[in-house]
Amino acid sequence: MHPVRKQRLYLVLFIALFSSIAIGLVVYALRGNINLFYPPADVAAGMAPVGQPIRVGGMVLEDSLQRSADSLAIRFKLTDYQESVAVVYEGILPDLFAEGQGAVASGVLNDEGVLEASEILAKHDENYMPPEVTHALESSGYDEKGKAR
Amino acid sequence: MWPIFHKFGSPPWLYAISGAILRWLLPITLLALVTGMVWGLLFTPSENVQGNSYRIIYIHVPAAVVALAGYYVMAFAGAISLIWRMKMADVAMKAAAPVGAALTFVALFTGAVWGKPTWGTWWVWDARITSMLILLFLYLGVVALYEAFDNKEAAGKACAVLSLVGMVNIPIIYKSVDWWYSLHQGASIKFTGETSIHSSMLYPLLLMIAAFYALFTCCLLLNMRAELLQREQRTQWVRKLINEDVVN
Repeated sequence: MHPVRKQRLYLVLFIALFSSIAIGLVVYALRGNINLFYPPADVAAGMAPVGQPIRVGGMVLEDSLQRSADSLAIRFKLTDYQESVAVVYEGILPDLFAEGQGAVASGVLNDEGVLEASEILAKHDENYMPPEVTHALESSGYDEKGKAR
Repeated sequence: MWPIFHKFGSPPWLYAISGAILRWLLPITLLALVTGMVWGLLFTPSENVQGNSYRIIYIHVPAAVVALAGYYVMAFAGAISLIWRMKMADVAMKAAAPVGAALTFVALFTGAVWGKPTWGTWWVWDARITSMLILLFLYLGVVALYEAFDNKEAAGKACAVLSLVGMVNIPIIYKSVDWWYSLHQGASIKFTGETSIHSSMLYPLLLMIAAFYALFTCCLLLNMRAELLQREQRTQWVRKLINEDVVN
């Protein structure tokens, strides 16, 4: 290769490499802030600030959902199946919100460790299944990867 | 290898060969797009949790995938034009930017439309969506930077450096859902490991991804041809081409 072109090739590689390292370091330094939400484990460990707006995300714990009889108020637990965080909320829920599904709640953690949520978002997972297949799998007792439930 | 490389540097040759490619690639692209769209929107089952709203996947995912791949096309063309001072690579880089910007916008827009019924919000500042927005700004930045220079050679160099620096964003977008907690779900189609989309939904999706790659190639070539004609408007071969058209 012509020496001038070789030099320019090195310059291009230099730009690509060092911009990657620089941005990589910035992203690494900001890693906590890039997370959209705290997992329940972090909240239980006291890593989430109390009295400040935060988001907590996890699975809605099965059989934890309590609805108020005369208002839109609800109470449920977000869990990573190790730790759980209780959430209270009053308002309209997204259609996909259900027990056993992922959800992200934004609100303020009070002194008792309960999240007073002002917004609930449903989180969808990466599984895409037709309803008939899901029902067939459920009745057969195997999941989609062929393992017994 | 080098003779081919040198041929790519010749505008009339590139104009002729791209015309020949487009003659069969354009109909194939249209056919694949229509087939994939009809198959995906009408002949696939609805999804267990999301119902019919999941069908936006047939536009959203192909647009996003090709928007990321298109950035590499733009950045590599920029690198070639920096190192070898190849004019045609500069043309390719300039032509790729608006196409990539359009695809990124389509991915962001369809994502918002899907996000409202699924998540309950149009927009959330999670890592995937924010880094995708940065990609849109990078594409638009390349378009704007090119236009900002009067000296087009300097414009090409500046845009090539910008695209090279922006290249780091692509693996960040791709891995964002694994590295950070985000609202966006993880990848359903994986290079390694099992795909978590049922095959009846997967095949039309793969067809749409292939169709969008072809669409990107068509748009890139069409843009390059227009740019070539403009740059070479005073040369013999373009005059000859125009005269032929007038006579016919």
